[in-house]
Amino acid sequence: MPNKDYTRIVYPLITLAILLFVWEFTIRYFQVPEYIFPSLGSVGKQLYVGYIEGTMYQHLGFTLQSMVIGYLIGCSLALILGVLIAESVTFEKFIFPFVVALQSTPKVAIAPLIMLWCGYGLLSKVVMVAIISFFPLFVNTVAGIRQTDPALIRMMRAFSASSWLTFHRVKLYAAAGHIFAGLQISIVMALIGAVVGEFVGSAKGLGWLIQSGMATFNAPIMFAAVLSLIFLGLAFTALVKFAQRKLVYWDRQPSGAPAKA
Amino acid sequence: MHQTLIASHAETSAEIAAEKVVINAAALSVTYETSSGPIHALSDLTLKVQKGEFVSLLGPSGCGKSTLLNVLAGLEVATKGSAVIFDTPIRGKPHPNVGIVFQKPNLLPWLNVLDNLLIPIEAMRKPKAQYIDRAHQLLKLVGLERFASNYPSELSGGMQQRVGIARAMIYDPAIILMDEPFAALDAMTRERMSIELLRIIEASGQSIFFVTHSIPEAVFLSDRIVMMSSAPGRIVKEVPIDIPRPRGLEAMATPRFAEICGELRGLYC
Repeated sequence: MPNKDYTRIVYPLITLAILLFVWEFTIRYFQVPEYIFPSLGSVGKQLYVGYIEGTMYQHLGFTLQSMVIGYLIGCSLALILGVLIAESVTFEKFIFPFVVALQSTPKVAIAPLIMLWCGYGLLSKVVMVAIISFFPLFVNTVAGIRQTDPALIRMMRAFSASSWLTFHRVKLYAAAGHIFAGLQISIVMALIGAVVGEFVGSAKGLGWLIQSGMATFNAPIMFAAVLSLIFLGLAFTALVKFAQRKLVYWDRQPSGAPAKA
Repeated sequence: MHQTLIASHAETSAEIAAEKVVINAAALSVTYETSSGPIHALSDLTLKVQKGEFVSLLGPSGCGKSTLLNVLAGLEVATKGSAVIFDTPIRGKPHPNVGIVFQKPNLLPWLNVLDNLLIPIEAMRKPKAQYIDRAHQLLKLVGLERFASNYPSELSGGMQQRVGIARAMIYDPAIILMDEPFAALDAMTRERMSIELLRIIEASGQSIFFVTHSIPEAVFLSDRIVMMSSAPGRIVKEVPIDIPRPRGLEAMATPRFAEICGELRGLYC
């Protein structure tokens, strides 16, 4: 087990400190107006108001809710449809062209339609997130199952294994690396979906904060919202990577990191 | 048992017929239709394997020997002719009393050695618990009893292939088909594995059908060698090996060994 590499934590913090210093210095030196680029101080103050005094939790919670529920729905559908299409040629013929068509549609373009159908509340955001996070995982699931080593499938056939046994003992595991790569991409897309949904029509959420902040020239709150989104993105990506390390236990780089990032 | 088989070539045909024929391939042809015309992988091939025999199919790459093994394994269907194992015709469905060892071990990386050994049991829908003891016995037989909980990535190529051999034996098949099982190993490991294989088979006594392109390997291991020409593969000659068993490494240094190798080389070149 390699020793914990403290430089991996310390060095980025140093870079961060430098960036924050450059930020504050540039603002003050060039006297940049607050409404264009807020100072470190005002963003810090907004974050304090938002999370210590608590005004932003309702927005964070709203975005988080639509993101998580939509992600779970989108990923479940992606896995189920992905497996069906990878395993059944008949099913593929029925469904695949429509999946491709939907995939080729920019989801951002259909966001207003979703608002029209589902209203301005949580439902429309969940639908948006589900649609947008569906595709990366779906594509990866199909690809992952299809690239199973044919030699392993042959081996199973040689021992008279059923298709079901070959599927759940071999193909599913062989696809695990691809599936987790898809889960990672999908979580980032889920965040984008939640924000886009809130841009198009919402009364709260981090995306709404950004948009309303723009309307009121409130740059600090826009920054604070973006930082919150970055935090969400990092946290969830780390969660997926952690799950990958635990579940895909056999596929390792020498450093202990998952072989398929 | 092997001494009797060597003498059997001098017996009458009636006595030969009384020995049980476990594999009976008659006029097997395999033709693939491609865009550039038909490819004849096998052409009118006839061969038999007796109970308890170690038969090697020896031939250059592309001669169709793996195709023949695939047909016997039930993984491919012959275009013409018949393959019969234990009086059951084989047409695209593996025979339950036949085990297969592949060129690559093809172990499942997400299962440990023991679970990999039990995969054929799962495939046959039998309870795994009943076979755990046998799995450990087989691991002992192939010299890997300490590695039951290890994962394939933790084993060397030779060790993985030994697991593959044990896996082929888990349900105690009377016949084992082996498709160039040592081809992916380095030359020294290959020699060691040949000796190991003889030791393992000695203990269990199955009929073995062994595909290889290595002349010394075939001579060392077999009771009889079936020599194939290059594509389209036909049987050139069947050569009985009268080197006494048990055979150790020193058998490879005997003049008789060199003589047989020379005869086979002559047939090939």
